[in-house]
Amino acid sequence: MASPEDASRPFAGFSDVSIPEDIPVEGDISVPVPPSARDDELSTLDEPVKETVLRDLRAVGKKFVHVLYPKRSSVLLRDWDLWGPLLLCVTLALLLQGGAADSNEQGGPQFAEVFVVVWFGSIVITLNSKLLGGTLSFFQSLCVLGYCIMPLTVAMAVCRVVLFAISGKAGFIVRLVVVTASFGWSTFASTAFLSDSQPSNRKALVVYPVFLFYFVIGWMILTFSP
Amino acid sequence: MASNNDPFQFQEFEEAENLLETNRDAVTVSIEEEDQKSKSQRSAGGFSPDFTDEDPLRTDDKAELLGGQKKSAPFWTFEYYQTFFDVETHHVKERIIGSMLPWPGKNFIQVYLRKNPDLYGPFWICTTLVFAIAISGNLSRFLQYSGSSNYKYTPEFGKVTIAATVIFSYAWLVPLGLWGFLLWRNNKILNLVSYSFMEIVCVYGYSLSIYIPAVVLCIISYEWLRWCSIVVALCLSGSVLVMTFWPALRDDHPRVVMAVVSAIVLLNVLLAVGCKTYFFSSPEIDSQVKSSPKTEVVKPTSST
Repeated sequence: MASPEDASRPFAGFSDVSIPEDIPVEGDISVPVPPSARDDELSTLDEPVKETVLRDLRAVGKKFVHVLYPKRSSVLLRDWDLWGPLLLCVTLALLLQGGAADSNEQGGPQFAEVFVVVWFGSIVITLNSKLLGGTLSFFQSLCVLGYCIMPLTVAMAVCRVVLFAISGKAGFIVRLVVVTASFGWSTFASTAFLSDSQPSNRKALVVYPVFLFYFVIGWMILTFSP
Repeated sequence: MASNNDPFQFQEFEEAENLLETNRDAVTVSIEEEDQKSKSQRSAGGFSPDFTDEDPLRTDDKAELLGGQKKSAPFWTFEYYQTFFDVETHHVKERIIGSMLPWPGKNFIQVYLRKNPDLYGPFWICTTLVFAIAISGNLSRFLQYSGSSNYKYTPEFGKVTIAATVIFSYAWLVPLGLWGFLLWRNNKILNLVSYSFMEIVCVYGYSLSIYIPAVVLCIISYEWLRWCSIVVALCLSGSVLVMTFWPALRDDHPRVVMAVVSAIVLLNVLLAVGCKTYFFSSPEIDSQVKSSPKTEVVKPTSST
């Protein structure tokens, strides 16, 4: 029977319902969780070592390609890493060894000297551009400067081959042309990244130290004599 | 006086005039129209990036204000050192040209630095000079000896370290000594002109810039040309230094003035001549050393 009192008490009709105690009530309280795909993406512990190494190598290789064709891309800046510069610096320092090593005279730069020139020079140029008000971060600048040594390292390898094959004035002319071209390429590639981060009235102030840095490295490559 | 009780009604400012009538000597502040007029003139004429040359008074005011606010950051923060890199490309160009061509009466610090010494110029000029000396010395040795058969070319990379030590100690330790000396004399003699340490470092750094073309000229292996270029560079940079420090010294005792000026010139001469002798040594000395054992060898064979 519907009455105003009943309307205000919607469950009034159930007052005499009782659950017998001998029927067990059972069920599953846990909330069904979807399979955690996110965890699998972040944890790389289970992947094979080859995959890990190849991923980093692919990143480094991609940046090498970006240095070869310097466009205004943000790959070098966004995902900076220092593996590439380390690899290039070690290669360059190893290739510059073995020059005039048998004489007591002052010879070419030692391994440590090349390392110091490259890394200390990069740090000083980065500090310089940050003090002049640049917007790149410290490690982004180091990354750009290190990757742009690649043309000079390639020139060093070519020079060593030329020194074996051709000798005398012709060999020197070939080496001079190769080193000059790669020096220009390095400077152009790195200024394409670095000068964008500076206000226009200070661009030359930032570009000049980079020019000096690659000039000194090019000089070390050109004057290498076995 | 406000005639309405409503506080949001705009009230006439008769109070100021009434107050001024009662007290004629009260200090009043009036906003000048000058700034706005000149600003509109400048914007009408187009923005010229070189406005430091148009209106020296205004930039001097700005420089004064900036000079007062500049060194407020403590010296262990990054911002403190950023204040020393507050230069633009044309500033650096002007300062380099001003240090190469000294004009009598133009004090380098007062004309070019204008209370804004920078560390960019001194540091990169010193670095460039170090590498220029090392590379030019190497090239000049190569060109001199390329004829002789027993010469083996070496890059002589160790000389870079020597050049760096000499140049950087000249550019930083001599200003330190000079600044300390001027500070000590300022205690005894009241001087209107006093230079800060950074300004002295700046002058010394920029005065080295004339040596870069001089050293590059030294590659050519004519002894008279080398000495000519070194002496010319010596005179120019020495005169820049002397003209800069003369106003700070002239009120002093004459003997002290002579001593300091001759010390400045002497150190400059020592640097130039020392670098020239060490990095660009002439071949006559070396060939004399080489020829004497040869003559000794020839004599015994001719006697037999």
